[in-house]
Amino acid sequence: MFPILEKQDLTPVIHLWKIRAPRVARKANAGQFIILRHGEEGERIPLTIADWDREAGTVTVVFMEVGATTEKLAALKAGDAIDDFVGPLGKPTEIDRYGDVVCVAGGFAIATIVPIARELKAAGNRVVSIMGFRSKDLVFWEDKLGEFSDDLIVATDDGSYGRKGLVTEPLKEILETQKVDRVIAIGPTVMMKFASLTSKPFGVPTVVSLNPIMVDGTGMCGACRVEVGGETRLACVDGPDFDGHTVDWDLLLSRQRAYVDPETVSVARLHQCEGGCQNG
Amino acid sequence: MAKKEIDLNRVPVAKQDPEVRARNFEEVSLGYRWDEAVKEASRCLQCPKPVCKDGCPVNVLIPEFIKALQEGDMDKAVRALKDKNSLPSVCGRVCPQEEQCEVACVLARKGAPVAIGRLERYVADWALNYSREDDSVPSDVSPSGRRVAVVGAGPAGLTCAADLAKMGHEVTLFEGLHTAGGVLKYGIPEFRLPKRIVQAEVDYVTSLGVTIELDNVVGRTETVDDLFEEGFDAVFLAPGAGAPMFLNIPGENLNNVYSANEFLTRVNLMKAYRFPEYDTPIRSGSRVAVVGGGNVAMDASRCALRLGAEKVYIIYRRSEHEMPAREEERENAKEEGVIFKILTNPRRFIGDEQANVRAVECYEMELGEPDASGRRRPIAKPDTAFELEIDTAIIALGTRPNPVIPTTTPGLELTREGTIATDFKTGRTSRTGVWCGGDMATGAATVISAMGAGKRAAADIDAYLRAL
Ligand SMILES: Cc1cc2nc3c(=O)[nH]c(=O)nc-3n(C[C@H](O)[C@H](O)[C@H](O)COP(=O)(O)OP(=O)(O)OC[C@H]3O[C@@H](n4cnc5c(N)ncnc54)[C@H](O)[C@@H]3O)c2cc1C
Ligand SMILES: Cc1cc2nc3c(=O)[nH]c(=O)nc-3n(C[C@H](O)[C@H](O)[C@H](O)COP(=O)(O)OP(=O)(O)OC[C@H]3O[C@@H](n4cnc5c(N)ncnc54)[C@H](O)[C@@H]3O)c2cc1C
Ligand code: SF4
Ligand code: SF4
Ligand code: FES
Repeated sequence: MFPILEKQDLTPVIHLWKIRAPRVARKANAGQFIILRHGEEGERIPLTIADWDREAGTVTVVFMEVGATTEKLAALKAGDAIDDFVGPLGKPTEIDRYGDVVCVAGGFAIATIVPIARELKAAGNRVVSIMGFRSKDLVFWEDKLGEFSDDLIVATDDGSYGRKGLVTEPLKEILETQKVDRVIAIGPTVMMKFASLTSKPFGVPTVVSLNPIMVDGTGMCGACRVEVGGETRLACVDGPDFDGHTVDWDLLLSRQRAYVDPETVSVARLHQCEGGCQNG
Repeated sequence: MAKKEIDLNRVPVAKQDPEVRARNFEEVSLGYRWDEAVKEASRCLQCPKPVCKDGCPVNVLIPEFIKALQEGDMDKAVRALKDKNSLPSVCGRVCPQEEQCEVACVLARKGAPVAIGRLERYVADWALNYSREDDSVPSDVSPSGRRVAVVGAGPAGLTCAADLAKMGHEVTLFEGLHTAGGVLKYGIPEFRLPKRIVQAEVDYVTSLGVTIELDNVVGRTETVDDLFEEGFDAVFLAPGAGAPMFLNIPGENLNNVYSANEFLTRVNLMKAYRFPEYDTPIRSGSRVAVVGGGNVAMDASRCALRLGAEKVYIIYRRSEHEMPAREEERENAKEEGVIFKILTNPRRFIGDEQANVRAVECYEMELGEPDASGRRRPIAKPDTAFELEIDTAIIALGTRPNPVIPTTTPGLELTREGTIATDFKTGRTSRTGVWCGGDMATGAATVISAMGAGKRAAADIDAYLRAL
């Protein structure tokens, strides 16, 4: 069992857990993920490692409620424990002294990019960060990302906070006006796709963190197949980081939708049970 | 004693009716009743030179356990059976007996070998239900003070761990998944091997004092070097050969094209057949193509039927004669309605607007000269392309060793196939203190051969530890 030591609601639908998992903490690096499962009927889902403390033996994850599993997890509190928490999985994000790096993140992935920005900064890069949200009430960790950024731009789709518009606009401006040696984009697949399309004409290497559907997370099932540079790769062992300019985005987007129909059944069932069904 | 009369009537075993069982996940074979088991046991001639034993990779004391069964001494039968086989309920069900113990039985020449597998299952299941005997660690074994890490809780790892614990060593079994059992849990379906039986065998191993640490992917969570640093004196690697192979043809990444591993893992490990009660979904449609001809293809096709498919095709490029699947499983699949499309090879998968697979284009094959494997090489027949309408495809071509451990463990020599180079007699690898066994050493094989490797390695590890 893996105890939840701390729970924070970063926004009404984005939650943070600090979990006691000493073995995972000892090996964790920026860009890696864990797979967790809770309850006999539970599904295995991947979440990126947002932070870790090797001495305290803790790992932090941040997740957004998007479906039945994440909604159920959101109901757990500090003091509860989850059944399975395995990792760190995947390859760490490559960190080097690139020069000028732009970090682009959207939604829950702000939590994912913070440790990457921190490592990049520590390696001697100049880091410019762009964070995007749908609206003001979803903004979180502006201060945390700011701590590791030489410059920070916040954008909201509806203009309720920071700049109005998508993250690709400030990204384009920066690429047009400044020297950029690398772009790292993490967030919803559509955002990563357009960030990659934006940087491509500038020829700036762009790293994205892909999130296809996974089951085992160790290279056993092949569920997480993605196509990069015309080749089939397994995101859980060959990634999750890949070259954004050669990812087949449409394939990824369609594979992510593979279970939309059954998932609506799950959510409907969950909500029906909230109406008072006994055994779940 | 008068020479025993030879009875060539194998006692048949009851099975669920094909039409009924093709729609449920209950066990297909119902196993012998008491009287049937005794009757079948009485056919054994108790040969002075029991050749059957040589056919079994772990040399189960076959005539001994059958004799005890003939005499109705069940405790004795259980003891004899478990002497060499720590997972008899599993082996009695899934061993390819027709190629091992039963083909060696003297009565096989007359076409009616003793049904050793079914008798083994009977005795082992009796033990699970009624045995009062304590077969835990013998009390005269004193702790050796040595610690062994076993990696992977499949049949090889479980067997090795059990034997080492009985020899007095402190054993920790590291498993990457959230449950122990390996392919027995995630691959072989419930209707062939009920999971409660696998769990009972796992519980037996923990009852011997073995600690099982789940959710620990060695190579990621901890490396082999970390294990030595933590004070383990020896490491046995048994991570199986779990990486799926694909056809590498166009359209293979469309939605609803699964590897057999993913399909079976969703169904067996995650219990997707009970969705939405269980959270993991599966998309198994009404027209399913399974590519391959081994046990895995049979299991996947039969799962697809049980998930409600109207038509399930097995697409195999050679003839049925070359199929590696057990005959019994081929028969079961056919009885249940699986359609065999032999001498057929897929060329590409075709998708609809949503990128879901809607057809597979195949072409016909014929057999040419024998290839390196001794089987006749399939050759494409020109101008035979045709489309088969499907909504789900399952690629069951076999598996390769997963590179996670080999690439994170310095000093391990590998073979060209990516398996860890291993001395099969002892399980030793090129690195001192590290042993290997099961599918990771041999490539995909059988449950009983993995167990045999676990046993041999345990004996060698024991000798090594005692000499330290
Ligand atoms: C490497 C990786 C890292 C991730 N990191 C985070 C993170 O830090 N925070 C976060 O909020 N989310 C993260 N995700 C996504 C997260 O795993 C999904 O949101 C979650 O599985 C949704 O489950 P659900 O049942 O609540 O929703 P569902 O209704 O099942 O699905 C909602 C969406 O999530 C995706 N999804 C569903 N099941 C899986 C699965 N088993 N594996 C991957 N995606 C799935 C589907 O594409 C679907 O579009 C990550 C995914 C991957 C692959
Ligand atoms: C669908 C299917 C049907 C089959 N049917 C039959 C049959 O009828 N009869 C028969 O005899 N054989 C059958 N086989 C083959 C048989 O199951 C295998 O040969 C046998 O299970 C191999 O045992 P093993 O212990 O080497 O590995 P596995 O059973 O593969 O177990 C390996 C274990 O190690 C774990 N692991 C892997 N990597 C790591 C890591 N890095 N760290 C920690 N743990 C790890 C895995 O999660 C797994 O639990 C079948 C196989 C499949 C896939
Ligand atoms: S373990 Fe398998 S091969 Fe050996 S006797 Fe039993 S069924 Fe036959
Ligand atoms: S060879 Fe056949 S008949 Fe002889 S002892 Fe073995 S099982 Fe019995
Ligand atoms: S999640 Fe199973 S292979 Fe990647």
